[in-house]
Amino acid sequence: MTAPLIEAANLEVGFGGGKIKAVRSVSFTLGREKLGIVGESGSGKSTVGRAIMRLLPPTARVVADRLRFQEIDLLTASNRDMVHVRGRRIGLILQDPKYSLNPVMRVGEQIAETYLQHYPAAGGKAAARARVLEMLNAVKIRDPERVARLYPHEISGGMGQRVMIAMMLIAEPEVMIADEPTSALDVTVRLEVLSLLDELVTRRNLGLILISHDLNLVRRFCDRVIIMYAGRIVETLAASQLGEARHPYTRGLLASLPSIDHKVSRLPTLKRDPSWIDAVETNS
Amino acid sequence: MIDVRNLVVRLGSPPQAVVKRVSFSVETGGSYGLVGESGCGKSTVLRAISGLNPDYRGEIEIGGKVLSPVRPKEFYRSVQMVFQDPYGSLHPRKTIGAQLLEPLRNQRLPRSREAVFEALTSVGLNPELRYRFPHQLSGGQRQRVAIARALILEPQVLLLDEPTSALDVSVQAEILNLLNELREKRGLTYLLVSHDLAVIAHMCDRVGVMQAGQIVEEVEADRLRAGTLEHPYSRLLLEASQQYGGSTEEPLTMNGAA
Repeated sequence: MTAPLIEAANLEVGFGGGKIKAVRSVSFTLGREKLGIVGESGSGKSTVGRAIMRLLPPTARVVADRLRFQEIDLLTASNRDMVHVRGRRIGLILQDPKYSLNPVMRVGEQIAETYLQHYPAAGGKAAARARVLEMLNAVKIRDPERVARLYPHEISGGMGQRVMIAMMLIAEPEVMIADEPTSALDVTVRLEVLSLLDELVTRRNLGLILISHDLNLVRRFCDRVIIMYAGRIVETLAASQLGEARHPYTRGLLASLPSIDHKVSRLPTLKRDPSWIDAVETNS
Repeated sequence: MIDVRNLVVRLGSPPQAVVKRVSFSVETGGSYGLVGESGCGKSTVLRAISGLNPDYRGEIEIGGKVLSPVRPKEFYRSVQMVFQDPYGSLHPRKTIGAQLLEPLRNQRLPRSREAVFEALTSVGLNPELRYRFPHQLSGGQRQRVAIARALILEPQVLLLDEPTSALDVSVQAEILNLLNELREKRGLTYLLVSHDLAVIAHMCDRVGVMQAGQIVEEVEADRLRAGTLEHPYSRLLLEASQQYGGSTEEPLTMNGAA
């Protein structure tokens, strides 16, 4: 296997002066693959993504034995260095295009803004415009010329998410972090956006971290899955083997999904075992 | 219990029909699901029934009486609604206890501590929580409070607009179980709107598939489970949900399991 793109060893993120541990001894590596991180709200999955992007608020205390993105040490990199990592080399897609797009700017201009920011010497506005149309084409928007002139409120959720993907891909990142990219979308649109993401990741040979609470999505889409509970990794599995998960938490999550095919009178609910949190309050 | 006939709702300017001649009925104690994608008009139907949108045409009948578009206060004793997002539907600066008493105050009913106690216990919450504010509760607890508030007037009909879409799957299971128990115990009639076919299949006896403001197909939930749908759109929706759902263990292809 080639050198990992992202490597984290014993990553810990604390809030409130380190009293609240949102992420506890999390270790994983990301190669050129699709890695899923699943867990419930508050399990720390988004915090991991943000720690990699160094987007946590200054009150967060990030400690790790190692947190690297290729040759860059994300723990010690200066903010100036991070400007070249964020957006340029690691792209981030957030959940709801309604909130992540600037409502008073045409979508084409927003995508161009990313390009001009990261490639200021690449031919200016005309070149940016050509690239924008190319990117909108790549995310399968049928009439890129027209869509580029629209405002975010004039496009649908699925299209908004494509615009977000285009905006991120225009900087040609090596890693994408997608934080709940399809939770705000309908099932049918979800599949389209996912297969688009899949195609782009495969074709451009990117590493992808998909953060989601949705087991079905991750199972269908990713190569490997990390399951987080209370800030800790409880299990790492190949996505195809999620059905054979051993940890009671993972199995409980899977069982609590309602199914279309067979009717149960009561959905099994998760019985949380305090030992899952295990070895937390050692000091602090 | 609920009878909707030729419901038409026009919104926007110039007005466009977003709900086009929708008719369906739900028997007493039944549970009916409306499913469809964003913008298909399913929530608009619910808003018309709940009285939040008095500007509709057609007839809505509940408990044998045709309703006037502007609802009298007593209407809300028999029909209550639970919304998608408990963050948005609870008052951020009122305690849970105070919010639970509001429906009683609106109806000029006696307000008692016991009513709050009972409302909270009936949804599986500790009565101690009545002193808390919504931000001090988890998402699941908040949705339980919203359900308790809807039930405090002892309505016969509960309108549920995506009641679990904002929740984690583990919490969703708890809320869905709670809703099923309450329906059984109190003989409630449910009208549930969701974009999630799996939730609808789990909760409802009958399902109406909506597309572009119309119910394109109405089926028993058994047929949904068996996968024997007729309309091309409902088949598409089911196929997408099954593929996405991956409830079967075999690898999923574009042809789907159906």
